[in-house]
Amino acid sequence: MHIEPAGACALQVLLDEPPSAALSARLAALAQQLRQWPGIVAVVPAWDSLLLHYDVMQADYHQLVERLCPLLSQLAALEPQGAAEHDTAREHCIAVCYDHRLAPDLPWLADSCGLSEAELIAKHHSARYRVGAIGFAPGFAYLAGLDPQLAQPRRATPRTQVPAGSVAVAEQQCAIYPQASPGGWHLIGRTAQPLFDPSAQPPSPWQVGDRVRFVAIDYATYLAQGGAP
Amino acid sequence: MSALTVLKAGPLSLLMDGGRAAWQHLGVSASGPLDCLSAAWANRLLGNPVDAPLLEITLGGFSAEARQDGQLALVGAPLPAHIDGQPLATQSSFILRAGQTLSVGFGARGQRAYLAVADGFSAKPVLGSVATQTREGLGGLHGDGRALQAGDALHGGSRLLTRQVGVPWRFQPRCAGQIRLRLLPGGDLSRFTEAAQQAFFNQAWSLSADSNRMGMRLTGEALAEPPVLRYSRGMSLGAVQVPPSGQPVVLMADQQTMGGYPVLGWVHPLDLPLLAQLPPGGQVRFTSISLDDMQAEYRAHTAFFAR
Repeated sequence: MHIEPAGACALQVLLDEPPSAALSARLAALAQQLRQWPGIVAVVPAWDSLLLHYDVMQADYHQLVERLCPLLSQLAALEPQGAAEHDTAREHCIAVCYDHRLAPDLPWLADSCGLSEAELIAKHHSARYRVGAIGFAPGFAYLAGLDPQLAQPRRATPRTQVPAGSVAVAEQQCAIYPQASPGGWHLIGRTAQPLFDPSAQPPSPWQVGDRVRFVAIDYATYLAQGGAP
Repeated sequence: MSALTVLKAGPLSLLMDGGRAAWQHLGVSASGPLDCLSAAWANRLLGNPVDAPLLEITLGGFSAEARQDGQLALVGAPLPAHIDGQPLATQSSFILRAGQTLSVGFGARGQRAYLAVADGFSAKPVLGSVATQTREGLGGLHGDGRALQAGDALHGGSRLLTRQVGVPWRFQPRCAGQIRLRLLPGGDLSRFTEAAQQAFFNQAWSLSADSNRMGMRLTGEALAEPPVLRYSRGMSLGAVQVPPSGQPVVLMADQQTMGGYPVLGWVHPLDLPLLAQLPPGGQVRFTSISLDDMQAEYRAHTAFFAR
């Protein structure tokens, strides 16, 4: 674990350990604590790191490092509690429609993985996921936990427009595009649930460490939930 | 009552303020003016808070008609400006009377000018800011991230000041074709080869036309074998990322909050305005600066504009 400056107004905490559910839970707990400190502008936890944006008029790099060090060793020592926290993490249940009309890459992906489409869908929604990082776009959560059998490299040429709510996979990760945007992941379904709304409080449901599971719904249910055709 | 009606918006004119840095944990870009010095001066000339909403006019091509008397300031790229056809000095405040038309043309030097109004333009903030984020569809006059368009009515700013003031000469933006950026070395720098580290500091990079508010792309002799990061992590303003192409990208105000490419260091935040005003093809060189020196200067800057 080490801490280093990340420009004039930020510092990066690098954990030097492979990402895991326990690590995400610890990073989330640390982020919560740091947000209470004076002079902290934003705390951005990711897979194995945590970026702290601070106000140089209210906080000093060297003092922040001094305060952080004991906290980090404490957190590392509290590993079992981290695991307990992981069990009490919030869980989101996302309803996904895997209908062909909403899943343009489903046939290709099933073929590439050597699975039937039904097998792929079952493997996708029976897995348990965890938010490892949030970024790329507002409310875009990178989910760990994809069945390794579903792992395929991202598209060579990204799509210029991916519809909002698209459930996508690439490499060993899964994600949902909260808004229409360009994207290079494989689209295997869609949800009608809003995942980013700047007027809502909070604007996005995600937090690093949260658990996520998917339930399959049919096309009629998806439409009834307000999904776009 | 509206202060200004936009007649021509130009290629990219955006309502801006200090941005929404507090939402980066949800993947929301911090945003804010690319040339934070010119923006700060434009507001200061009018006695506004440093982050008061103002316009970032990219390249020029902007004109607007005043609906009421108002005091404004135009600071940044020295674009040719006129009021009803009469030349207007930039880098200073001025009065625009009801019915008069302000036009900001295309200029030979600089990329961005800032138009502020006394008390600031008013719009409904999105996540605490009116800064226009076109990619994310956040902020701006209508809250949906749209750039200004002809016909838009800008509200706010009827206060008239008794005196007109200009930016002191030594603080006026230097819109040069060759710049030197001070860099805090760090991040993954030591994981680059010795040759790549030297090549980064020893060459003059050229600014690519394929640059925007997210990132300024530099082209030159590619840096060999950039290291590969296992996992994406949070990214901060001014980071110099090196994608597999070996051609660096400097992250600007509209940067994504996370990134997966290795970082060589961070450009001094008060040098980013030089980059914001550099034309495509302009030359960029890097020198090193320490964290303490960089922060001392940044603190002095922030304290000055807070007064």
